[in-house]
This record gives sequence, C-alpha cells and structure tokens, in this order.
Amino acid sequence: MNSIFKIIELFKAFLLEIGELSYFAGRFFKEAFRHPTEFKEFLRQCFYMGNRSLLLVAVTGFIIGLVFTLQSRPTLQEFGAVSWMPSMVSISLIREIGPIITALICAGRIGSGIGAELGSMRVTEQIDAMEVSGTNPFKYLVVTRILATTFMLPILVFFGDAIAIFGSYLVENIKGNVSFLLYYNQVFDALEFSDLIPATIKTFFFGFAIGLVGCFKGYYCEKGTAGVGLAANSAVVFTSMLLFIIDFIAVFVTDIFYDM
Amino acid sequence: MNTSIPNQNPIIEIKDLKKSYGNNHVLDGFNMVLNEGENLVIMGKSGSGKSVMIKCLIGLEEHDSGTVVIMGNDISKLDHSALDDLRTEVGFLFQGSALYDSMTVRENLEFPLRRHKKKFGKIKDTTPLVMEALENVGLAHTINLMPEELSGGMKRRIALARTLILQPKIILYDEPTTGLDPITAKEILLLMMSIQKKYNTSAIIITHDVDCARVISNRMILLVDGINYIEGTFEELSVSTDPKVQAFFK
Ligand SMILES: Nc1ncnc2c1ncn2[C@@H]1O[C@H](COP(=O)(O)OP(=O)(O)OP(=O)(O)O)[C@@H](O)[C@H]1O
Ligand SMILES: [Mg+2]
Repeated sequence: MNSIFKIIELFKAFLLEIGELSYFAGRFFKEAFRHPTEFKEFLRQCFYMGNRSLLLVAVTGFIIGLVFTLQSRPTLQEFGAVSWMPSMVSISLIREIGPIITALICAGRIGSGIGAELGSMRVTEQIDAMEVSGTNPFKYLVVTRILATTFMLPILVFFGDAIAIFGSYLVENIKGNVSFLLYYNQVFDALEFSDLIPATIKTFFFGFAIGLVGCFKGYYCEKGTAGVGLAANSAVVFTSMLLFIIDFIAVFVTDIFYDM
Repeated sequence: MNTSIPNQNPIIEIKDLKKSYGNNHVLDGFNMVLNEGENLVIMGKSGSGKSVMIKCLIGLEEHDSGTVVIMGNDISKLDHSALDDLRTEVGFLFQGSALYDSMTVRENLEFPLRRHKKKFGKIKDTTPLVMEALENVGLAHTINLMPEELSGGMKRRIALARTLILQPKIILYDEPTTGLDPITAKEILLLMMSIQKKYNTSAIIITHDVDCARVISNRMILLVDGINYIEGTFEELSVSTDPKVQAFFK
C-alpha cells in the first residue's frame, strides 16, 4: 500500500514539474518576441555550444557508424544482402540513431552546462544583480540559450550524421572495397525527402527541450552549492526522458502521415 | 560623527510591509522613511529579515502587503519597463558582491549601461564611464581581470563601482563591510562616504557592524521581530536601556 502511495506522489511531482515547465516555456515565447533582441549574446551562445560539443559529437558519430556497420555486416552477408548496407545505414542513422544519440550527448554536455551555469548565477545572486541593473535576465540568459540550442542541435545532428556515414564507409571500404563516391551515392539514393524532413523537424524539438529544461532547472535552482549540482544533474535526467517522449511522439506522427 | 542634518524630503517610504515564507513571518509591518541625502543604517540580528526587506524594496521579492514608494512611485504599480527605469536610480550592493563571473571587470561595469539609453543617450565609448567608476574605487588597473582573480575586498569595491556607474540617487548597501578585515572594511566605509559627498546620494546601509554604523549613520533603525523596533541617532540608541537595543552595542 505504501509503495503505491509513493508512486502516486512521484507521479504527482512529475506532473507538477511538467506544468511548471510549460509555464516556463510560455514565458519563453512571450519574451522571445519582445524587444530588444539579444542577438549578440545569442550568437555567442551558439558559438560556445557548437564549439563545446563538436568534437564529442564527431567522435561518437564516427564510432557509431563504424560499429553499426561492423555489427550488421555479418547478418546481411548471411542473406547475401551486403549491397543493401548503404541504404540500411543511411535510413537508420538519419532517421533515428543520429538525432537521438546526438541529442542525448548534447543533453549531457550542453544541458547540464546550462543548468550548472544558471544555477550558480542564481545562487550567487548574479541573476538578481542583472535584474536590479535593469536588464531582463530571463531574456538575456534564458531566451538566448534556448534559441541557441534549438538552432544548434539540427546543425550538430547533421554534422554527426555525416561523420557516422563516413565511419560506416570506412568499414565498407576495408571489407568490401567500395569507393567513397559510390558509397555516398548509394547512401543518398536510399534517402527520400520524407526521411529527411521529419528527422530534421524532430531535431529542432530536441534542441528546444535541451535548452528549456537546462534553463528551467538552473533558473529556479535552490540556494546552496548542493542546489547547483542538483540542477545540473536533474537537467540531464529530465531532458533525456523528455527526448525519448518527443521521439516517440515524432515517430507516431510521422507514421500517421505515411499512412495517409 | 556625521552631524550634517539632511533635509526632510522623503525619497523612499515603506509602510506596513509584510512578507512571509510559509509560516515564517519575516516582515510583519515594517515602516521606514529615507530622506534625501541621508545615510540610514538598519541593524538587526542575522536572519531578522534585513536582506528580505531590501529585496522587497527594490522589487526582487514580491511583498505580501504594504506599500513601497520610491521617489514618488509605488513600485507594485509599475510595469516592467517603468520599474527598470526606476532601478537605474537605485543602486544595490549585494551581500556577496554578485559580480558576473564569466565577464571581465570591464564587461561587468559595462553591463548595466546596455539598457539605459534613456538616461545616458546612446553611448559610443563606454571607456570614460568605466574608468571613472573604477577610479572612484581605486582599482583602475584591474579593468581586464576576471572576478576570480580579485580578492574579496577588491570584489566588493568593483561591485560598488558597478553600482555607481549608473549614477544612482539612492544606494542600498547589504552588509558592505561584513567578512572583510577591519582595514579593508574601513576603506570601504571611507569610499562610501566619499561617494556620498561626491554624488550627493542617499543610502540605506544594512550592517551588524557597530563601528560602521557609528561612522556613517545619520539615523538608525533596529529591525527586530519583523518590525522597526526603535529609531534614532547612533548616540540616542547607544545609551538606550532597552535590553534588545543594548545587545547590539555591547
Ligand atoms: N527565498 C526564501 N525562501 C524562504 N525563506 C527565506 C527566503 N529568503 C529568506 N528567507 C528567510 O527569511 C529570514 C530572513 O532572511 P534574511 O536573509 O533577510 O536575513 P538577514 O537579516 O539578511 O540575515 P543576515 O544578516 O545573515 O544576512 C530567514 O529566516 C530566512 O530563512
Ligand atoms: Mg542578509
């Protein structure tokens, strides 16, 4: 009986959190379109985020492409279907694995960074200091960061996909002696607009979720040093969960469109 | 010590200010008036609600009831942009300095200038303003350093310079000398006094430092149990026989 109550309590807390997060998102949309735009800070954040996660995304993408190809090759060989390799790789990477893995990495790298940064600014009263100096801290700190993650994540995913396909090409080249051009040709042949568009739209939502949760956790960070750690940590956990939910919804919606 | 009698123009008026966090009634009907050109010292035990009071005053915390009037404006009736404009006239020195730690000293000082074209017009070159503020606190050479490269006392002075750069009419000091050695504390005090002379500002100074209060106050208020327990000059309060008052002057 007790554990049921506990689960109900946890669920309540979760719903409450979703509610507060929606309110926060509402405030984002309200402030995002108000003058003045903090364009310089937005660009700075974009640069900073891209710069911080580029290498990580590249390395992970490369390894995923490599491993994925190595692992599926024997199975395909068994059926004599190795020629399907490029299309299989491209479709699974671009539709699903690329976006979600990159988003998860960025949740760990960027989301936790935002949570910790805003959290420590809250704790040391820097956010209050901005407010009393007449600058809107929500606009300067939160809006710019959420916009930056929303725009940078698709770019990072695109980049990660390209590297992953390159990793996959390396395996094919070593095992099967395919030329670079031929492999990329086959990869792109297999792709259709209907693969690319939902996959890309999804990444904007991923980026938005990463920025939103990171900022939310940091902005309302509890006082004390423990609060900062908690903000960073829960930003990652909550974002990851949200990413899978968004992914699920995206696949679901895409599927409906396919049927039509 | 400071015996010049300020004129009686109220520049800040707080009436019956109440603020609770759950069952913790921090402020329970606090009243206060700050006159133009006056240095008003507020003393109270740690946790008595001094910081909460000053945050309600500047609108960082919303008060539950009561009125706060700054230069004739009731702050709870102002919209965002009007409040921001009013805030350029009120400087706030935070208890922990609150320097932006991802920015250099220069960027810290430039930050408040970004949004205040109304007061200054469009500023092409901020360097003279930044230098003036830094020279006021005697730290012109730190202009390109990061906050983590500064000592605690230096941080406090830079924070003071950042407050001054908007040339506020009122400055709120939250424990300006706490946590500093006596010599540095004295320096900050002298700085506060020279600033007041130079720019003719009014100030609310929160402190538990009796020496600080003696040197700088025109008038004092003791904040006890969420209300303005007693008011008077330093001399009046220091000879009071009330045990709650005496506790501060031992
Ligand atoms: N955000 C908050 N949430 C809940 N309680 C708070 C909050 N801020 C302050 N309090 C409570 O209000 C009371 C007064 O706090 P405040 O910071 O004003 O004390 P203070 O007089 O400034 O003390 P000090 O001299 O140590 O700075 C404390 O009991 C504190 O627990
Ligand atoms: Mg305090």
